[in-house]
Amino acid sequence: MIFILLFPVLSSLILILFGRYLNKKIVSLFSPISILIPFIIGIMNFDKAGDNIIYHIYRWISIGNINIEFALKWDHLSAAMVLMVTGVSFLIHVYSIGYMAEDKSYPRFFAYMNLFTFFMLVLVLSSNIIMMFVGWEGVGLCSYLLIGFWFEKESAAKAGMKAFIVNRIGDLGFLIGIFWILYVVRSADFIKINSFVSSGLMPVATATIIGLLLFAGATGKSAQIPLYVWLPDAMEGPTPVSALIHAATMVTAGVYMIVRLNGIYSLTPTASMVVAVVGVWTAFYAATIALTQTDIKKVLAYSTISQIGYMVFAAGIGAYGAAIFHLIMHAFFKALLFLGAGSVIHAMGGIQDMRKMGGLKKYMPTTFYTFLIAGLAISGVPGFAGFFSKDEILANSYFMNHRILWIIGIMTALLTALYIFRLIFMTFYGEPRMDKEVQYHIHESPKTMTIPLIILAVLSTIGGYISLPEFISKHSLWKSYMDKIIVFKKEILFTHTTEINLTLLSSFIAILGIFIAWYLYVKNTGLPDKLSNKFKFFHKLSYDKYYIDEIYEFVFINPVVYGSEGIYQWFDIAVIDGIVNGSGKFSLYSGNLLSYFQSGFLKDYIYHIITGAILILTIFVLGL
Amino acid sequence: MQMLEYILFGPFIFALIILLIPKEKSRIIMPVSAFLSVIHFILSLYLFFNFDETNRGFQFVINKKWLNPGINFHIGIDGVSLLLILLTTFLFPIAFFASFKSITKKQKGFAISMFLLEGGIIGVFVSLNLLLFYIFWEIMLIPMYFIIGIWGSKNRIYASFKFVLYTMAGSLLMLLAIIFYFKSAGGVSFELTDWLSKGPLPDHIQGWLFLAFALAFMIKIPLFPFHTWLSDAHTEAPTAGSIILAGVLLKMGVYGFIRFALPLFPYILLQYRELLIILSIIGIIYGGFMALAQKDMKRLVAYSSVSHMGIIMLGFLVLNKEGFTGAIYQMLNHGLSTGALFLLVGILYERTHTRQIADYGGVAKLMPIYSAFFMLVMFSSAGLPGLNGFIGEFMILWGTFEFKKILAVFAGTGIIIGAAYLLWMYRRVMQGPVKQTIKEKLVDLNIREILVLIPIIILIIWMGVYPSTFTNKITVPVSIQKYIMTIKGDR
Repeated sequence: MIFILLFPVLSSLILILFGRYLNKKIVSLFSPISILIPFIIGIMNFDKAGDNIIYHIYRWISIGNINIEFALKWDHLSAAMVLMVTGVSFLIHVYSIGYMAEDKSYPRFFAYMNLFTFFMLVLVLSSNIIMMFVGWEGVGLCSYLLIGFWFEKESAAKAGMKAFIVNRIGDLGFLIGIFWILYVVRSADFIKINSFVSSGLMPVATATIIGLLLFAGATGKSAQIPLYVWLPDAMEGPTPVSALIHAATMVTAGVYMIVRLNGIYSLTPTASMVVAVVGVWTAFYAATIALTQTDIKKVLAYSTISQIGYMVFAAGIGAYGAAIFHLIMHAFFKALLFLGAGSVIHAMGGIQDMRKMGGLKKYMPTTFYTFLIAGLAISGVPGFAGFFSKDEILANSYFMNHRILWIIGIMTALLTALYIFRLIFMTFYGEPRMDKEVQYHIHESPKTMTIPLIILAVLSTIGGYISLPEFISKHSLWKSYMDKIIVFKKEILFTHTTEINLTLLSSFIAILGIFIAWYLYVKNTGLPDKLSNKFKFFHKLSYDKYYIDEIYEFVFINPVVYGSEGIYQWFDIAVIDGIVNGSGKFSLYSGNLLSYFQSGFLKDYIYHIITGAILILTIFVLGL
Repeated sequence: MQMLEYILFGPFIFALIILLIPKEKSRIIMPVSAFLSVIHFILSLYLFFNFDETNRGFQFVINKKWLNPGINFHIGIDGVSLLLILLTTFLFPIAFFASFKSITKKQKGFAISMFLLEGGIIGVFVSLNLLLFYIFWEIMLIPMYFIIGIWGSKNRIYASFKFVLYTMAGSLLMLLAIIFYFKSAGGVSFELTDWLSKGPLPDHIQGWLFLAFALAFMIKIPLFPFHTWLSDAHTEAPTAGSIILAGVLLKMGVYGFIRFALPLFPYILLQYRELLIILSIIGIIYGGFMALAQKDMKRLVAYSSVSHMGIIMLGFLVLNKEGFTGAIYQMLNHGLSTGALFLLVGILYERTHTRQIADYGGVAKLMPIYSAFFMLVMFSSAGLPGLNGFIGEFMILWGTFEFKKILAVFAGTGIIIGAAYLLWMYRRVMQGPVKQTIKEKLVDLNIREILVLIPIIILIIWMGVYPSTFTNKITVPVSIQKYIMTIKGDR
């Protein structure tokens, strides 16, 4: 099992150290294969996951009586995550061969991507929460490196820094949460934590505090309100990075963490409620922003925030299986959306503004059709992956009587279909709006890029059938699979007629959203501008992202930066140093004696110091 | 002579050897010194490999009659001093190798000063006699004064003065306190063991004596608000001086608290503990914010030291095993990462002769190897898991959390600010468009520079991935064992 980790990390090390001397072909072979091997190992061991195996590697830290092992936990949750991470990562590696072909820092890119995959695997495989934190911070590091991959661009460098620091804020909460667990459970091990919780030893109040602190970390990593601000900026990184890190894998770590610790969260209705509300609100909020963005990647970024909101919402209401189900389906179709967008950007020579696109359908059919499938999947059109997974979340919330949250969820579903088809219509339909020069160069992407698109499109279509709604099949494969890792199992009564009605409703919502998008952006193309002029205030609010970045800058960043500078000038230099220098000067002017000693020659001073010391020494030592 | 004596007197002997090198051969002085210091480091590994982890008392002890009956030449080490000595002997070769190009005048004096400094530092870490300790404590001051004052940059005279006055103010009071203690304890012995076996002095005397000791140590650390000498001394000192100053000298303050202030004045320390904890936490946050405000890279690193030393002191002050282990470990980490940061800034300074952040931009483009090293060291300093800094910070914050939960939150904000000032500096210096004014001058690292950095990098990763090599050596000294709590709930 250790080989799962060994291959990506060794490959990354080799590429970092010797990448510049290696042939490009070797790099393109070497790096994806080091991800493919872990995927194969994962598949071969998949059936063993039911046995909850722990692989000890070595003892990492031991303090007091707490030992922190570097050990891997192979169970249903980690197995599913490993397959998703390595699978998607492999496809994106292959895609990058084409996408990054022209880049000067080709080996560096693959080194970082390998390293990222390594840390992501550490995150999902670790058997205790502290090793999980290592993975958690490690993926953050790689995210920082890859966002700022083109570091000469001021905005890219800035975005990387912002991502890391914003995440650090959440991580402090996470760290304190870990301490609290250690404090009560006296162990960081997931098995011990769960048995501690299930034996009823943890007070509810403690579980609430721990749950909230850990969730603070999740709001950073999984880009939820209020710490989501870094993710849209993270789009400065190369597009495969956005697909892998900022859509499919890393940003879902928060959801994974909640599900991993579902014992604690099941114990605390308060913390779970906070999680659910933040999740569904983020889902809705981000969708409203995605509606008006004109940068193709920004739309997808806010869409990601919104979709993770769904997962967090699911985890908050205790539908852990549904959360992970949506997580994996989302990994497929969102990776596909980003890679498709990357293919478009690639063809457009770097242009990301959708207002300068249009009519791309006929130039790049593979990209278009795969993108369309992803669009159908995320909108929740019946038959596609997103339909099953989103529906399960909404059904769960309905049957658990979270009706208000359910309504927000339904509204978000409408917005989702609307913004994603707005994107599709603006990009692939209508008249081409780009310059002639650009239009001339538009081409379908090379095979290394389109084949991953096709595979992901297949997955986005058939993936959903692992968990069919209850009214179709009584025993969903996925549900019984996930039940193994849930500490407190609860049965929710799904009434079939209601469930069928709900399914019909969400199917209708999805199709309605697509219809509105079609009406606005294909049929009646003048209308969007009229609408945005009419509702200027709301349009601007959404377009400018509710000015949250500006508010944060004004409320948090500026006070810290200017405050520190002020304190430095007015306190550190003026007051503290003033006292020090002042007392020096005072004695300087106050006596001739001192001015005599201040001769300015180094040797004099040393002489005085030594004689003084010896004098004092002799007086005391001899005098005693 | 025994091994520990060789380790202690080695640098003094080296200084003599350097003295004998004739003037016309001054070109070989730096290589010879570097070579000697490497030998010294290898010798000191003997201590590491022959150290008995199960023995909690002092090892390699030498106790000889010296001046008076009460003033013995009494030296020995335990786990704490062992690791600090290794840190010292590890950093000195690095400091020498870093000076090949930057020290162009009076190499002889420089090498001699450095060796005297090293001897003094090791003396402090091995002394078990108060007077011996004081002598070494003061010996160090003089070469450091020269190193800043002669080989420093523009504002060196002011900085060296400030350094000496600050430290002298503290240490003279400490000397008085030592002598006073000696008298009160019967006037027969300066031996630490004798003092400890007599038990603490009466409270009314203890208070003043403690303050005198504590002040000397607090200035050395430096604890807020005694830190303003540090930023000047660090900034003006030559690279080698900054490396040693940040890497080892500051640790002597914490060491003083562990070895002397706590065992000699336990009750008073416990009384003042809260105040000291508050000062440490202020230092953590304040140092971080001040680092944010700096425009000079060296000054920024200097203020980051204030923040980090606050964390170390906090780890000690919570007085539990987790915090203590973390504090010792973090001293090593800070020595490595801050030493390396000064080294790296020095490398840049050698090429461009400016330390202003605003003068740089896009360095990573021109010096990719350099920037990779820089990034690794930066994340070590920022406590990224997998690298050494995390282990220490984690243990300290965990110990702090055991002591009082809310304090861990305050201290933890240090890690946010830490990431902020480091990454912000990295962005302004290494990233962004290339500044044309410095473009010509920036060439990537040469073999010598890479070879100096590699041992540090190896240790940074090793200490982060497999800390047991070092944590196994950290045992709570017998003299303070009864004050260090073991956590009640530990099962």
